[in-house]
Amino acid sequence: MTVLQWTATLVGLSFALYIGIAIWSRAHSTSEFYVAGKGVHPLANGMATAADWMSAASFISMAGIVSFLGYDGSVYLMGWTGGYVLLALLLAPYLRKFGAFTVPDFVGDRYYSQTARVVAVICAIFVSFTYVAGQMRGVGIVFSRFLEIDITLGVAIGMGIVFFYAVLGGMKGITYTQVAQYCVLIFAYTVPAIFLSMMITGIPIPQIGFGAAERETGTFLLDRLNGLHEELGFAAYTDGTKSTLDVLAITAALMVGTAGLPHVIIRFYTVPRVRDARLSVGWALVFIALLYTAAPAVAVFARTNLLNTVTDQPYAEMPEWFTKWETTGLISYEDHNGDGLIQYVGADAVNQAGTPVRNELTIDRDIMVLANPEIARLPNWVVGLVAAGGLAAALSTAAGLLLVLSAAISHDLLKRNWRPDISEQGELIAARVSAGLAVLVAGYLGINPPGFVAEVVAFAFGLAAASFFPVIILGIFSKRLNREGAISGMLCGITLTAAYIVYFKFVNPAANLAENWWFGISPEGIGAIGTAVNFAVAIVVSRYTPPPPPEAQRLVERIRLPRGAGEAHEISG
Amino acid sequence: MNQRAADRDHLAYWRRNLRYVGVLLSIWALASYGAGIVFADALDTIRIPGTGFPLGFWFAQQGAIYVFVVLIFVYVFLMNRLDREFDVDERDEGGAA
Repeated sequence: MTVLQWTATLVGLSFALYIGIAIWSRAHSTSEFYVAGKGVHPLANGMATAADWMSAASFISMAGIVSFLGYDGSVYLMGWTGGYVLLALLLAPYLRKFGAFTVPDFVGDRYYSQTARVVAVICAIFVSFTYVAGQMRGVGIVFSRFLEIDITLGVAIGMGIVFFYAVLGGMKGITYTQVAQYCVLIFAYTVPAIFLSMMITGIPIPQIGFGAAERETGTFLLDRLNGLHEELGFAAYTDGTKSTLDVLAITAALMVGTAGLPHVIIRFYTVPRVRDARLSVGWALVFIALLYTAAPAVAVFARTNLLNTVTDQPYAEMPEWFTKWETTGLISYEDHNGDGLIQYVGADAVNQAGTPVRNELTIDRDIMVLANPEIARLPNWVVGLVAAGGLAAALSTAAGLLLVLSAAISHDLLKRNWRPDISEQGELIAARVSAGLAVLVAGYLGINPPGFVAEVVAFAFGLAAASFFPVIILGIFSKRLNREGAISGMLCGITLTAAYIVYFKFVNPAANLAENWWFGISPEGIGAIGTAVNFAVAIVVSRYTPPPPPEAQRLVERIRLPRGAGEAHEISG
Repeated sequence: MNQRAADRDHLAYWRRNLRYVGVLLSIWALASYGAGIVFADALDTIRIPGTGFPLGFWFAQQGAIYVFVVLIFVYVFLMNRLDREFDVDERDEGGAA
């Protein structure tokens, strides 16, 4: 079978599976719609969280980014996993004990304030829309490249599938579909990684293989890659070029941002008990780590294969994948010296005579994972599998985000703010309608992406870090923190972070250089500073304003003890 | 048990919890910000024997993640034991919800 036939078959089968699960797990109450009736097994919730968390960015882009950045790519590997330790130790068990449906629920109740609730809702909506647009875009790319369908039709098909199971099943449907999607995506990620590791090093475990010796030459793969990089004028693969402080700040911002993302936090409301919430974060990280420890290996294999395939080779003899990606505009070649060969080199490259060499090849780093199986000439079914895996990653994350959006509108705004007397059935209908509307907006953004999708991802993390994380932590660990402190902390954190990112990304992108940054911290890392400012402002303001009322203090005491989580949601639900 | 004794107990439970969290988060920071970033260059002079991994690079791209996983499971174990010791663990309430 051809690549196209394999892709169509595997994608079709996986979609049929998701729809089947959606029909089997329809939601009948708001509790089932928002938090799957709080009856999800911690292992299943761990898998669902992993699929929810690992987006098109993790599946499609991350190994490519690491492949191009080398050591500097570690910020994503550590940043997007380390946040789970914070979640397990500082957030998940207490939020589960609190027992509400959404993050703004906690903020509003703990700080006895509708203003705090509304600020939290706005942050949740903004973060989730930013994120969901990127997912729909990923769906479109996979469809257009592998199934040779128009990007618009691709996004429309993806929307249809998500619409079906998110609107029908709510969190319950999403959770069990995500379990299936996790299986599809991890299989699709691991199979090519094992193939590549076997081909290049003879070791079937990629996590070990990329530290091993190359089969052909007998030198260590990393040494060979560093050597190639030096020859071609790139920085050594295992060293970075970013400043240490910037690496620290970006890693911290990503970690804290992960722990503050509403679609991740909400997953830990779905398990039956506090101890399940703790355990379930552990399982989630195990499932995430399977992909995140394979990614740097894939990055090294991809980099080596790419350099071997293109360096000083005739352009006319490039394989089929090269020309196919060229038509999507994600690879481009310009023959500056007119020799018909491809010079793919870094900024400091010189030839034997000592004169500088110009780079002639531009490769979008997002295509590395998708192109990898073809670059390495793996069997057709593996290529199809990768497409199905990329779709699973994008759809599962999109669904999780849509649920946060629908809950923010129907629960936090409608039920808790505008129409507290709405009936259970009325709220369920509102939740379905808002999920449906959110799908349409997300699809529109996927087809007509604002040019800055990649830029706003930094925004989503920075904002999640600088808004939610400090007020949730302080709400649990400090009884003294009051309404005034929380609101002023959130506002200062968001304003600072947003202003810094907007200035360097949109207002004055030309100035986005290390010498203009505060302390050399890039816009990607500013969330770490925003978080610190939020903490500081919240604590200082609380100290000079009246302490929280006794109910809020009793709430803190209640969420600190695990016993009683089973009844808790009856009170606040 | 009267209310005051219960409060004292809960305070002791909370202090132990904070101690566990403090120790585990120190290890978390040492493995990632320490070994993976600040001391990475120094550790890169050491190689993991039999492999091509410079130690700092390995921590940043592999080791830190393994440490994170272990930390969470250690925390789960410690907290379950602590919950039982202070009799604040969940009985089978809600387990079948």
